[in-house]
Amino acid sequence: MAYTEEELKKELESKEYAYGFYTDIDSETFPKGLSEEIVIAISRKKEEPQWMTEWRLESFRLWQEMEEPEWANVNYKKPDFQDISYYSAPNKKPKYESLDEVDPELLETFEKLGISLEEQKKLAGVAVDVVMDSVSVATTFKKTLAEKGIIFCSISEAIQEHPELVRKYIGSVVPQRDNFYAALNSAVFSDGSFCYIPKGVRCPMELSTYFRINQAGTGQFERTLVIADEGSYVSYLEGCTAPSRDENQLHAAVVELIALDNAEIKYSTVQNWFPGDKEGKGGVFNFVTKRGLCERNAKISWTQVETGSAVTWKYPSCVLKGDNSIGEFYSIAVTNNFQQADTGTKMIHLGNNTRSTIISKGISAGQSQNSYRGLVQVGRRAKNARNFSQCDSLLMGNRCGAHTFPYIEAGNSTAQIEHEATTSKIGEDQIFYCNQRGIDTEKAIALIVNGFSKEVLNKLPMEFAVEAQKLLEISLEGSVG
Amino acid sequence: MDLKEKLLASFMAFENQLDLEHPVHDIRSEAIKNFEQLGFPHRKLEAWKYTSLASLQKTDFTLFPKEDNSLEYREVKPYFLHEIDTYKIVFIDGIYSSYLSETTHDGVDICLMSAALTKPMYKPIIDVYFNKIAKAEDSLTSLNTAFTREGAYIYIPKNKAPRKPVEILHLSTGSEAALMLQPRNLIIAEDNAELQVIERHQSLSSNAVLTNAVTEIFAGKNAQVDYYKVQNDREGASLIDNTYIDQKDSSQVSVHTFSFGGKLTRNNLNFFQDGSGINSVLKGVTILGEKQHVDHHTLVHHQQPHCESHQDYKGIFGQQSTGVFNGKIIVDKIAQKTNAFQQNNNLLISDKANVNTKPQLEIFADDVRCSHGCTIGQLDQEALFYLRSRGIPQKEASALMMYAFANNVLESVRIPELKARINKLIAKKLGVNVGFAL
Repeated sequence: MAYTEEELKKELESKEYAYGFYTDIDSETFPKGLSEEIVIAISRKKEEPQWMTEWRLESFRLWQEMEEPEWANVNYKKPDFQDISYYSAPNKKPKYESLDEVDPELLETFEKLGISLEEQKKLAGVAVDVVMDSVSVATTFKKTLAEKGIIFCSISEAIQEHPELVRKYIGSVVPQRDNFYAALNSAVFSDGSFCYIPKGVRCPMELSTYFRINQAGTGQFERTLVIADEGSYVSYLEGCTAPSRDENQLHAAVVELIALDNAEIKYSTVQNWFPGDKEGKGGVFNFVTKRGLCERNAKISWTQVETGSAVTWKYPSCVLKGDNSIGEFYSIAVTNNFQQADTGTKMIHLGNNTRSTIISKGISAGQSQNSYRGLVQVGRRAKNARNFSQCDSLLMGNRCGAHTFPYIEAGNSTAQIEHEATTSKIGEDQIFYCNQRGIDTEKAIALIVNGFSKEVLNKLPMEFAVEAQKLLEISLEGSVG
Repeated sequence: MDLKEKLLASFMAFENQLDLEHPVHDIRSEAIKNFEQLGFPHRKLEAWKYTSLASLQKTDFTLFPKEDNSLEYREVKPYFLHEIDTYKIVFIDGIYSSYLSETTHDGVDICLMSAALTKPMYKPIIDVYFNKIAKAEDSLTSLNTAFTREGAYIYIPKNKAPRKPVEILHLSTGSEAALMLQPRNLIIAEDNAELQVIERHQSLSSNAVLTNAVTEIFAGKNAQVDYYKVQNDREGASLIDNTYIDQKDSSQVSVHTFSFGGKLTRNNLNFFQDGSGINSVLKGVTILGEKQHVDHHTLVHHQQPHCESHQDYKGIFGQQSTGVFNGKIIVDKIAQKTNAFQQNNNLLISDKANVNTKPQLEIFADDVRCSHGCTIGQLDQEALFYLRSRGIPQKEASALMMYAFANNVLESVRIPELKARINKLIAKKLGVNVGFAL
């Protein structure tokens, strides 16, 4: 192989973000800025009931009193919240019954995203809800799901059609006042996905949401609410992309999971927002609040592959409220060039015999900074809590950094908590071993990284695992010297 | 009047007793300004999240004791490592006791900070070392710097080693209802020098004592310094200990901290590796009961390549005690080939005890081996059963296991008599005598 490392590096640096296209779809965008009027306008636009409008306004007022948090280990120019448009929807928003009716340009976008709806429908058997800019544009397989009593739709639809469910659960896990971005989201969220699995139903297919920021100067604020009723099971996937732009785009989402007694939710994310170019210009600010509540014997499992975003700020958490509940967190965070990620989880043990597992793999390359920040908290009355955490970091090159900030707070003597973390680089002997067997350096690294992240990749649903593996390779290509 | 106001007001009075022309006084004035600006740390600060000084700030501490107190040797003998001969620097209520001390100027200087700060012969050394690594941005360190007057001063020149270990003992008699002490120590071991220091703060009554100590330790090339902190104070005593250590090429410094008592103890231990081939060892055993609170805050800053650091902190927490561990390792970009290891194990033996731990890594170099591990758990029930099935009563069996748990740390204590002493303290703290020494 005549490829020198230099060449490889160059190729990699200039390797473009494959999803950086912009779709020219007519869309309706609100003027920039945020005020009570805008919040009311969003709510009107969506024809929401009175209680929802009030809920939004309450959030907005809370948000105004809050300050942007600064404790995360990231540096970025704070977004100007008055310079963002809070609502952007593809125009002519029809309700599609079948895909034939969909705007061909939109379909082309999906094609590029690699999620041909048609194909998905036939082969993968995945029901997809696509959220473009702020509005849910397509939900597939609705009928099939309806037969089982499963509700899977956009959250605006759910507010119209199932207000009792939404009203009961929205904000119950992530309250409006939870943090700055959660409050902002609660005030201005424009759409998102809603999912309800009835008692004892095992969702027959993977449910999936695809998010995309298309318009310039808009922020995306989506809200996901997943409710698994007693004894039910659902596996939920989430993916995201955005066009390449010089400016920074803001994405502040809230995800709430509620697993009632004996229920299980598996939530997987492949996050591939535009990470900015190799000079660190542009990219998405990803400030997300994700939290799940486990009732008795319930289980919530978060799996995430984070490769995109200029700045990531995300802590999918589990509140283990019920006895015998289980929380899991599996994460791979890859940062390259000038990306910054501060991500991790919180496991709050409140019930008896609760268990949690945290496996976090951080890979940093280029001039990126990658932090793991986690909290394991055992309440005073939580007997026999068990936690195992493992955070491994892999460093590539000497211009990047890896950080770990694990907080462990044990308030009960029966708690058993283990935490271990390592930081290392890919061993020269490992690469040499591969080279010696005719595997070139680039492949060898992919191989080693794959092995490094295997524990997490294994937790992803099949279709996602392949995508994630590919993403890992792309994100890291040429970053090793 | 709260404590901050009182301190600021007292500084004026304190100034009157000093030589204002001395260069150290500029450092003091700078420091008090700094403290005035920063104030006492509060729980909103990340570094003080788990330790509150609020109740201490409400106590009306006397800053300068009214009278000189003297003590007889037999009253304080138990607090000395009396089995062996040592140099001793003893302070009673913050004032040097020449009667109880044993200092030297024979080749090495083991004497007083007050002498070093005022006598011209020490000026060149003070100029080079004093307040050079103590963090100005730390408000409590600044507070100590402002009130710097007394403490231990140890200077070991090149290729020298004192004949015996040095004991630094701070005693408080309880003649005041509440007393605040601010000792300042400066310890310098030049190239190839060797030194062993044992430091202890001891209150002789149950009256409140707050000690805000700052120690600066400089280890030259190839120097070896072992520092042992014994913290087994009474229920009224609180201690904030700030230790800063600067290491040059191939030096070895170890700090062992044994925390068995006191109302509130906060240890800020900072290592700066300013050379290559350095080894830093930080070890600690904490055994607490009642409502005691111990907070270990460590920082190891790897600034140069080819260095090592080892941290091992064990904690056993009973009754309503609280333990905090926050260990931070920073590896700079150029500090390649660093090997940093950190471990924190905790045993919770009461339902009302609390442990908060946060091992933290910040790594900017790629060719490093850094790992940390921390656990919180209970004694292994099966091991306990095994011991009991062999006729060892429950209490002894669990004590035996706790001994074993703490043994890793004791192993590296290089003064056998001290090891035996610590051993006894552990046995006393656990309320058993297992009839053997580690």
